[in-house]
Amino acid sequence: MELYMSLAIGVLFTVGIYLILSKSLLRIVLGSSFLSHGVHLLLLTMSRLKTGAPPLLDEKAEAYVDPLPQALILTSIVISFGVTSFLLVLAYKAYKKLGTDDMEELRGNENE
Amino acid sequence: MSVIHFVIILPFLFALIVPIANKILPKVHTGWFVLPLPIAIFVLLLSMIPSIENGSEISGSLPWIPSLGIGFDVYVDGLSLLFGLLIAGIGSLVLLYSIYYLDKSKEKLSYFYVYLMLFMGAMFGLVLSDNLMVLYAFWELTSISSFLLIAFWDRRERSRYGALKSMVVTVCGGLAMFAGFALLYVMSGTFGIRELLETIPQLAEHKLFITAMLLVLAGAFTKSAQFPFHIWLPDAMEAPTPVSAYLHSATMVKAGIYLVARLSPVFSGHAVWLWMVSGVGLLTLIYGSYRAIKQTDLKALLAFSTISQLGLIMSLLGMGSAAAFYPGTSQYLFFAKATTAAIFHLINHAVFKGALFMAVGIVDHETGTRDIRKLGGLMAVMPITFTITLLGAFSMAGIPPFGGFLSKEMFFTALLQIRELSFASMQLWGSLFPIVAWVASVFTFAYSLLLVFRTFSGKAQFEKLEKKPHEAPLGMLIPPLVLASLVVMFGLFPNLLSHTLIEPAMAAIHFTGLQPQEQFMVSIDMWHGWNTELYMTIGVAIVGTAIFILQRRAAWVSKPLTNRVSLSGAYDDGQRLLDNVAGRLTRLYMTGSVRHYLIYIFLFLVLSLGLTMWLEGAFALNTEGMATTSFYEAVVIGALVLSAIAVPFANSRLMAIILTGMAGYMVTLFFVIFRAPDLALTQLIVETVSVALFLLCFYHLPKLKKELVRLPFKVWNLLIAASVGAVMTLIALSASGSRKFESISDYFIENSYKLAGGKNIVNVILVDFRGFDTMLEIVVLGIASYGIYALIRLKVKEDENDRPLGHDGMKYDVYAGIRSNDVILRTVAKLVVVLVLIYSMYLFYMGHHHSGGGFIGGLMASAALLLLAITNGVDKIARIVRVDFKRLTAIGILIALLTGTGSFLANVPFLSHTFGYFDIPLLGELELATATLFDLGVYLTVIGVASTILFTIGRDK
Repeated sequence: MELYMSLAIGVLFTVGIYLILSKSLLRIVLGSSFLSHGVHLLLLTMSRLKTGAPPLLDEKAEAYVDPLPQALILTSIVISFGVTSFLLVLAYKAYKKLGTDDMEELRGNENE
Repeated sequence: MSVIHFVIILPFLFALIVPIANKILPKVHTGWFVLPLPIAIFVLLLSMIPSIENGSEISGSLPWIPSLGIGFDVYVDGLSLLFGLLIAGIGSLVLLYSIYYLDKSKEKLSYFYVYLMLFMGAMFGLVLSDNLMVLYAFWELTSISSFLLIAFWDRRERSRYGALKSMVVTVCGGLAMFAGFALLYVMSGTFGIRELLETIPQLAEHKLFITAMLLVLAGAFTKSAQFPFHIWLPDAMEAPTPVSAYLHSATMVKAGIYLVARLSPVFSGHAVWLWMVSGVGLLTLIYGSYRAIKQTDLKALLAFSTISQLGLIMSLLGMGSAAAFYPGTSQYLFFAKATTAAIFHLINHAVFKGALFMAVGIVDHETGTRDIRKLGGLMAVMPITFTITLLGAFSMAGIPPFGGFLSKEMFFTALLQIRELSFASMQLWGSLFPIVAWVASVFTFAYSLLLVFRTFSGKAQFEKLEKKPHEAPLGMLIPPLVLASLVVMFGLFPNLLSHTLIEPAMAAIHFTGLQPQEQFMVSIDMWHGWNTELYMTIGVAIVGTAIFILQRRAAWVSKPLTNRVSLSGAYDDGQRLLDNVAGRLTRLYMTGSVRHYLIYIFLFLVLSLGLTMWLEGAFALNTEGMATTSFYEAVVIGALVLSAIAVPFANSRLMAIILTGMAGYMVTLFFVIFRAPDLALTQLIVETVSVALFLLCFYHLPKLKKELVRLPFKVWNLLIAASVGAVMTLIALSASGSRKFESISDYFIENSYKLAGGKNIVNVILVDFRGFDTMLEIVVLGIASYGIYALIRLKVKEDENDRPLGHDGMKYDVYAGIRSNDVILRTVAKLVVVLVLIYSMYLFYMGHHHSGGGFIGGLMASAALLLLAITNGVDKIARIVRVDFKRLTAIGILIALLTGTGSFLANVPFLSHTFGYFDIPLLGELELATATLFDLGVYLTVIGVASTILFTIGRDK
């Protein structure tokens, strides 16, 4: 399972970064979501998968899965929600103001 | 803390008070508020003289960074007392002078005095500290305050130029000195100055000794404007004259002298030290005096004169260090006399140069010019100023019976004696010393005469002046008069100083080589008999007068020899070159394209992680113990990968958004499979809300065009993306396959219930064990939501180019646009929303033991509101739900913060939680925990944030 997950993580990262490197603002925003999916699954996979019961003590299990990555990921999901929304609004506002969503056209230049 | 600490700290406190005092009593000149401070410190330091004279030291310490051996330790010995008195004494006089010099109605006085107090405190700190690092900190602070003071008239281009130049030169020197101090630490193992002096014998053998010496000297030479670092001092004359008198003649530029004297016990007795200090000093002496003759601006003349005189003192310190070649013999005292001369001249110079600067300031203030070509004949209208200038200049020229004559005689003595040194090739080259010094003295004599007589005698040409000259007000005359009378007093009664100040200072500099029971006995006499020194002085007077007379007629005296080579020009060129090269280099990679910057980041990521893995041999594929994969799981993986890969090929916005959402839901499924119920819940809601958010912006978002780009562009992107992906896959495999460290997770599993009373370990980690992280996280979320609010509300300036972006007939209220006409949905939604809201509260409350918690509950509640908004339209919702979500965010953060600070009441660290179980009728056993209160903060914040985001976007017209 870990092997397949690692490959899937690689794909998520590849897609995320490919999208981020493209010119359109919307693609960049979507790319950042893929990147965070990749990171979340990476964190989870690092601690080995399915090693025990869910980290709820009521389960009275012998072993539990590692709770630490889950806490990290929970934090990250919420933060990336904030970041994605901010990026989205930024993209939308930039498009509205400048009339383009092409990053090469939005390119900053101090000599302007 | 000791009284010495207060001497250092008080000026800084005054710097804080000055602006307030200026506000409360705007009619009083700000200078009066600060004047009492240096006077009080001066008196305090005077009262320390008797105990210092008896050889005792006053010290105090205050821990700062004990792990690095850095403490705010201070002490007073003869040397620091002397400098402290100069700083406080000249400081008092300069302050009084500045009150009359700076016009209350025209100048930004509170700035001026704040800077001046900063400088004063830094200077006290510099000379009183017993720790090299503390000394360095104050050293740089003097550079900064000097920068601020030179640029005080910041509208003048020359002021800014001068300020920057002085800063660049002195701070570069300071950094070199810092490196020198670090090397001294490496050699001796201590930053303490007194401790350092105890380790002297083992230092000289060390291979870093010379390097450390040269670095320290670089600091001293730049600060004390020694050739070729003197270039900043003439430009620093753009500062108001009180500043020039105080910083750039009497005190700050002497910091280099102080440093050399202070560390002289460490380095002296070494040929390199002797040659560097005395050689550079002599070179500076002759160069400065030669340049001074050619100046037409009075302040520039004084600046070069200061450079030259600093060189003189420096060279004397160098020659005094020769004593260390003869420790414990009578020769030791013989050579140490040069140091006596250095200290005596240091005092004399501060006194006469202070007086001269103030006098020149008066001339400038009352006539409107400092150009000696326009001045002349002022003797009649400004008799007091003339007298002051005469006394100061004659002392500088070395004419009896003033203090300067005595120290010049002692200087000559030292020069003649150094030839007898049998070390450091002095017998071969030592004869050059008196010759160079004699020539320099001739120049000094000439420019002293120039200063007095070009300004005050000769033909009056008042018509060239901007103002009608008259004598200055009394307050401006008193400070230079005090100094001028000291010039006379130190000349007639030099021994006033010898026991009180010079002997203790000598003891501080030369304490290693004295014979047992021996003490420094300094006695300075006016008449030495007809000796070589006196003949030299007579020669100086004759030739000097000749040059003064020639100056007007002979071009070789008054004009620069060559304009082509100039050190200052070299500095300017160097700076321009640096600017250009740096600019070109920066433009090379700072292209303004975000894509390029991202590429740098990703390439770095791949290289650093990949290289580390390769070099460390960290890659390990361990299939043992891997979890099994069921068919169902394989399908989910396949769906995730497929939906991800499809996104770049999607040609419509809707398709791309839906595919992204699909990938998100697949990730949610993984969370279910991998037994992370909290994550699954969170991801499910976040994904739903995000997709809704994308769709809300849908009409505003640009159409997803097919990207018309060249193939290499795509290939490059793909290559970079694929390499990051590959590295990440390898990392995932290695990390899950091996474990280098013991996991800390077991601690959380074991203690979650015992210590925090919660059974949901993930939630306990979030609100309890790592509560501070969560606290900051909700703050970040809050900031993001306010950022979105600000972005949306930002009034876009209506350019003519702005075209309306909507299509014909499309409504801007996006909720209206997608509002459902389905009656069933609308009716059901009302019921469902209530259920969802209640469920969200349940999730929040049960989160401590079961799946759920503040984050999930909060997101669930906002999802309910979103549903309501979609079915009924946002305006209607805004009317029904009268909650300011921005405020809700703030309230949530506040609750979390207050819960955290509540811990202080129980005298435990921030965010310590407690819990207890209570039996409550009807509800049964109930847990009440402060962690729940904290989670309530999280809950409210998340509702506030998510709703702010959704509603601001939805209502944007």
